[in-house]
Amino acid sequence: MANGTPIGRVRGLGSAHEGAHHWLLQRFTAIGNLVLMLFLAISLALLPNYSYATVAGWAGQTLPATALALLILSVFWHARLGLQVLIEDYVHDAGTKFGTLALLNLATIGGGAFGLVSIARLALGGAA
Amino acid sequence: MADRPMAPHLQIWKWGPHMAVSILHRITGDGMALVGLGVLLWWLGAMAAGPDTYAVFVEAMGSPLGMVVLVGLSWAFFTHMMSGLRHFVLDIGAGYELATNKTWSILAPLLGILLTAGFWALILLR
Repeated sequence: MANGTPIGRVRGLGSAHEGAHHWLLQRFTAIGNLVLMLFLAISLALLPNYSYATVAGWAGQTLPATALALLILSVFWHARLGLQVLIEDYVHDAGTKFGTLALLNLATIGGGAFGLVSIARLALGGAA
Repeated sequence: MADRPMAPHLQIWKWGPHMAVSILHRITGDGMALVGLGVLLWWLGAMAAGPDTYAVFVEAMGSPLGMVVLVGLSWAFFTHMMSGLRHFVLDIGAGYELATNKTWSILAPLLGILLTAGFWALILLR
């Protein structure tokens, strides 16, 4: 059993009970990305110019700041799920895979937090 | 693992549009995750830091290399969006007929290029 083919080793074990959860979250965050990225792209295209006052003034308003904060959550979550699949497909050594996934969590949670704090500074007037 | 023959992989099959659009979805998605999120955070962090830091960001993105990155990211977004919408259709069990599947595999990346061109036309002709 232990040194059979990969399919032979998992046959009969049943489902891992987490694939559907990952799959659904990837779809839910994809819907969030679709709405929020289109909001960002259209808003940026319609700005009169890209001076600091115009862009930062726009981003700090309540509605854009809310959309940007939601975008950070949705897009970083979606990216974490996508990169996780990339790692699971191409990193086969169990220890390296664990380490890479741990780094992925640090990078996406840390990056997302940095984005949220930046938006909060813009919206709450803490920016220089 | 037993040294058994493996199923034929990428290099053995004849390439078709449906395989190309699938790998393109992964490349654009992971490309945006690795490069695009960095640019997004740089933009937000530069705005939060103030006009001087924002000027450095604008100068970098306005350079030829910066423009290649921005146009590339917008192309990756619209391409990933179109192949993602294709995935939503496939998820409900539709679009698996050979001709239909081939048509949308070709159309999705083409529409992504068109939307990219339209997006930049909107900005430059504004």
